[in-house]
Amino acid sequence: MNSVVVVFPGSNCDRDVAVTLANVTGVKPQMVWHGETDLPRADLIVLPGGFSYGDYLRSGAMAAHSPILRAVKKEAERGVHVLGICNGFQILTETGLLPGALMRNASLHYICREVGLKVERADTAFTNAYSAGEQITIPIAHKDGAYFAAEDEIDRIEGEGQVVLRYRALESNGEGGNPNGSRRDIAGIIDKPGRIMGLMPHPERAADAATGGIDGRRVFESLTRALH
Amino acid sequence: MKARITVMLKNGVLDPQGRAIAHALHSLGFESVDEVRQGKIIEVELASADEAAARKELDDMCRKLLANTVIENYQVELLS
Repeated sequence: MNSVVVVFPGSNCDRDVAVTLANVTGVKPQMVWHGETDLPRADLIVLPGGFSYGDYLRSGAMAAHSPILRAVKKEAERGVHVLGICNGFQILTETGLLPGALMRNASLHYICREVGLKVERADTAFTNAYSAGEQITIPIAHKDGAYFAAEDEIDRIEGEGQVVLRYRALESNGEGGNPNGSRRDIAGIIDKPGRIMGLMPHPERAADAATGGIDGRRVFESLTRALH
Repeated sequence: MKARITVMLKNGVLDPQGRAIAHALHSLGFESVDEVRQGKIIEVELASADEAAARKELDDMCRKLLANTVIENYQVELLS
């Protein structure tokens, strides 16, 4: 599987996800700078976590209108898979490639800790190595992660089966399941055709036993299986 | 021409920052405060002299970038 990681000024998880992609797929991803207007042919485009353009105006808002995003949209229309992690998820909602918006955490705090997640769907290109209903543990690290959409829009998203991951309390630490005030505990969604996924948790930070858990690794194993 | 754009969260969208400000005002003794909503103001200077054209362009700017209409409303005011 060939992949591309888009690098914005302020991205800070680009290298983490590149290392994970190289380890899991055996192929180093190509890193593409935000000012480029074309993308190399690839099976997967990753929009990594970080603070693109300093999160000015709104998280993801400036990146959503950068030259490279026009190329990402074009590739997405051609059927290339797109994975947006954290800031990448914010960018995908700002471009309209995914519905809804990510708002300031209800606590107003930046939260960096492990969260429990329930895998709602294991039949997507991003999650086929999990089982439906499985509970996993992956860290989050964000201040603007409260998923919001109007009530009727959320009903539609739920009805279309677009919710892939939901926050669910970790039994080990007894903390509340929903860390940030997301509507209906939504942590990750997918577009209707199933090719564009965004999630606030960082699977690339839980992909190596040496650095804290491997529950996120299967996102990349799923993609390798689906897109080889 | 100068325009002032006010961007606010839509009614019904929870504003935790506004709530924190209200809480701080209460603790300062301003007990009459019921609710606080916060937003942002963006000032734009335009080369355009035509008011109707400017309004149309500003509206376009708001919808494309300055406001996220999933969660925010905007209001455009021409200052001069």
